[in-house]
Amino acid sequence: MKTTDSIQKDIINNFKTLDDDFEMTLNYLIELGEGLDEFDDKDKLEINLVKGCQSKVWLNYKVKNDKLIFSGDSNTSITKGLLSLLIKVFSNQLPEDIIKTKLFFINKTGLCRFIGTQRSNGLESMENKFKIIALANKKSNE
Amino acid sequence: MSVKSFNLVKIRDQFPILNKKINNHQLVYFDNAATTQKPKKVINAINEYYSEYNANIHRGIHTLAEKATIEYEKTRKSVSQFINSKSEKEIIFTRGTTEGINLIASSFVKNFLKKEDEIIISEMEHHSNIVPWQMICEENGIVLKTINVLENGEIDLDNFKELINDKTKFLSIVHTSNTLGTVNPIKQIIEICKKNNITTMVDGAQASAHSKINVQDLNCDFFVLSAHKMYGPTGVGIVYGKEEILEKMPPYMGGGEMIKEVNFLKTTYNELPYKFEAGTPNIGDVIGFNKALNFISDIGFDNISSYEKKLKDYASNSLNKIDGLKIIGNSKNKIGIFSFTLKKVHYYDLGLLLDSKGIAIRTGHHCTQPLMDKFNLEGTARVSLAIYNSKEEIDYFVEKIKKLIN
Repeated sequence: MKTTDSIQKDIINNFKTLDDDFEMTLNYLIELGEGLDEFDDKDKLEINLVKGCQSKVWLNYKVKNDKLIFSGDSNTSITKGLLSLLIKVFSNQLPEDIIKTKLFFINKTGLCRFIGTQRSNGLESMENKFKIIALANKKSNE
Repeated sequence: MSVKSFNLVKIRDQFPILNKKINNHQLVYFDNAATTQKPKKVINAINEYYSEYNANIHRGIHTLAEKATIEYEKTRKSVSQFINSKSEKEIIFTRGTTEGINLIASSFVKNFLKKEDEIIISEMEHHSNIVPWQMICEENGIVLKTINVLENGEIDLDNFKELINDKTKFLSIVHTSNTLGTVNPIKQIIEICKKNNITTMVDGAQASAHSKINVQDLNCDFFVLSAHKMYGPTGVGIVYGKEEILEKMPPYMGGGEMIKEVNFLKTTYNELPYKFEAGTPNIGDVIGFNKALNFISDIGFDNISSYEKKLKDYASNSLNKIDGLKIIGNSKNKIGIFSFTLKKVHYYDLGLLLDSKGIAIRTGHHCTQPLMDKFNLEGTARVSLAIYNSKEEIDYFVEKIKKLIN
């Protein structure tokens, strides 16, 4: 299984091919979002909502062999693309690995520049939600 | 440009930013309700102040201070003429509309309204014309009431009349809605208030660049505006108040400039308008604002109204032809502000996708969350037009939206 750092490096390499083109990056994000597994409407609950995002973002998870498998959805296509990248990094990892992961791909892909400050805050809220889930599951393992 | 002639090319030529490429596309700036772009003469005037005669005003006797004071006070005179106040004493410089409303709330309402008195605002107010009143009401036991907005985005005048009673002492209302584009029947509303001895404040932030404001004709007690929505710099606003009311009001802030004499037993305050202008003001930007007023006056409100109406009608027709597009706010009397939703695309995605084509629009709740709640919306996309926008830009924008939804 790849580490969260090596997944982030893969993402950075994928984004390099876009050559910092704003339009291509947005379209790529939309495509990534469309590639997410379908999120069951019955899981669109208040408890799964990520607080602090301008658009609606839901995040759910299940535990398989002590690892966390995430699923998610958003009512906006571009946010859904960003969420799909976070799911790619954090899914199928042990809670303790998720907690200690430092997200560096956002700056290295230049996504911060594209998504604007408000959405950056939303991204931070999404990251926190992953880590809170990981923390909760780490405690239950001890 | 000769007075009273209208030449779009010459107007656009005065705005350097309009030549800019954004994400490899020619900029189309449709976020004018947030702030307008600035003509060269405004930029140059600010540059000239800092390069040629930067000095603090009113207190210095040297040449630079004298020149800076003269230029600063010229703007006050221009504003007075621009909105037709009786006297320049009625013009107070602030940082913007928000500060102006807070000034009136703190200095007038706090001191002249009492517990259980009532203030009326409307459902279409910007947060800056809601929150100061909520704060002052909470602090002083005053009651805040809101006029309903109708489904078409117009104010419900019948509801307004129903809200008035013996306890109603103050009304604060937006002239032109930043979200709906609705132009309210301000004169009629003020007339009703006058018959009921209600003091009136008009939020003119969105109106002042698009239609002639005549405060004496409106007969409002207060009128507030922001320079940056009128092709002027950020950080400058105006409170107009009737002289007899401003005279009665205590200062809003203490400090230098607003005093006549200071000693530890008793400090006396300066005269109008200076008693409301504590501290060193935003001198360079106030001077720049004068040039923005010149820019508007050179074109003339006849030309502005006529061109902007044509542009608004053109945009309205074009937008209404887009499948799944719904305009929020269809008042008969409105300016070129279009809040809308699309069936197929979330407003947030739309804003970013249009940005990738060089088009700047606004997305979100536009600081009018109660209005969004009213229409059961989280937010909208918003296009807001100004004098330098063109039909070609609207065509380009419509073409890009059509491409996105197909």
